Amino acid sequence: MLDKFPRTAVDVFIEVLQADGGTRCAALTAASVALADAGIPMRDMVAAIAAGKVADTVILDVNNEEDQAGQADMPMGYMPNIGKITLLQLDGVLTPEEYKKCIEVGIDGCKKVYELQKQALNDKYFGNRD
Amino acid sequence: MANIIDELKKNQILELLDQGKRIDGRNLDQTRELSIEINAIPKANGSARVRLGDTEVICGVKIQPDRPFPDMGDKGIFICTAELLPLSDPSVETGPPGPDVIELARVVDRGIRESHMVDLSQLVIEKDKSVVGVFADNVAVDYDGNLFDACSYAATAALLSSKTPKWNWTDDAPVLAEGEESDVPITTIPVSVTMGKIGNHIIVDPNADEWASMDARITITSDSDGNICALQKGGVDGFTQEEIFKCGEISVRIGAQIREKLKEAQKGA
Repeated sequence: MLDKFPRTAVDVFIEVLQADGGTRCAALTAASVALADAGIPMRDMVAAIAAGKVADTVILDVNNEEDQAGQADMPMGYMPNIGKITLLQLDGVLTPEEYKKCIEVGIDGCKKVYELQKQALNDKYFGNRD
Repeated sequence: MANIIDELKKNQILELLDQGKRIDGRNLDQTRELSIEINAIPKANGSARVRLGDTEVICGVKIQPDRPFPDMGDKGIFICTAELLPLSDPSVETGPPGPDVIELARVVDRGIRESHMVDLSQLVIEKDKSVVGVFADNVAVDYDGNLFDACSYAATAALLSSKTPKWNWTDDAPVLAEGEESDVPITTIPVSVTMGKIGNHIIVDPNADEWASMDARITITSDSDGNICALQKGGVDGFTQEEIFKCGEISVRIGAQIREKLKEAQKGA
């Protein structure tokens, strides 16, 4: 919500320490949590995960080997409260049915990631501090 | 490519869409008139000139021996590029391409590459040493929105009409075999369909005014089997799950129509 702080730039720095597939999705997920942690007003968080197809099976969270050997990779970013897909890309061949399945699996995955994001923020601000 | 559209026009586009109409009178899922001219540049290995409404793109295909990528010694090389001539639009200047033009080239390349249109395994001269490189270079000469699809159709049409020379591996070097030309090995015909989202409306093949008003866009490429082989979303707004499903259906349906036009153009050459 950039209108809340005019004439201000927010820089997000992301460093990938180890790459095993899904770096973009992990980075997006981390950036969202970091922005929330910084107290930046936002319309929603973005949770991200990749769906894909390996050995004719639709899978969630494609790792490096699966990406290299797989048939399709579909990274997705999703705003769970607004219900909007903000990042979507696909490399690889999917039938129309598999395409729908991948979207559904991806959105479900993003919702799970979102729960973990919320958990992380909850733990920091409302967790047991002993 | 960045167009400054006045707020009045943007409001007009949105008001019309709310009534189910578009600023140029098309239906929401209707593309503009598409004309495909094969062999527009006869000296190239293959070429095409595509007009999508007033958007015009020329694609030339260059085919030459090249070193394979280190991890793909048994595959030829395919690279697709795109650039805008300064004469295509007042906002385009000479010099290195901006991020939007780089994205254009990548989206067009991805759509064709991921469909495996060109059978790269048939483009090996000598394994690990020399392969055939196929380069499809798009140049936009006139800009009225949706260069993604115009470039994609131009590159696909040019590839369909391309003839590849033959090289033999002699004395550790590729040697041209005179007079031996063949079609580029093609496995499928990919067709990209780009859709824009303005407000809650999904429109196919946005023109320049619509392109400048879009909240988000999505480019989906389907192959001859009606499968989806590449997708790229852009812009700041998001799509709901239903919208993404709908865009998938539209792209396969419209893609099949465009594919027939590409086939016709190839036959007519």
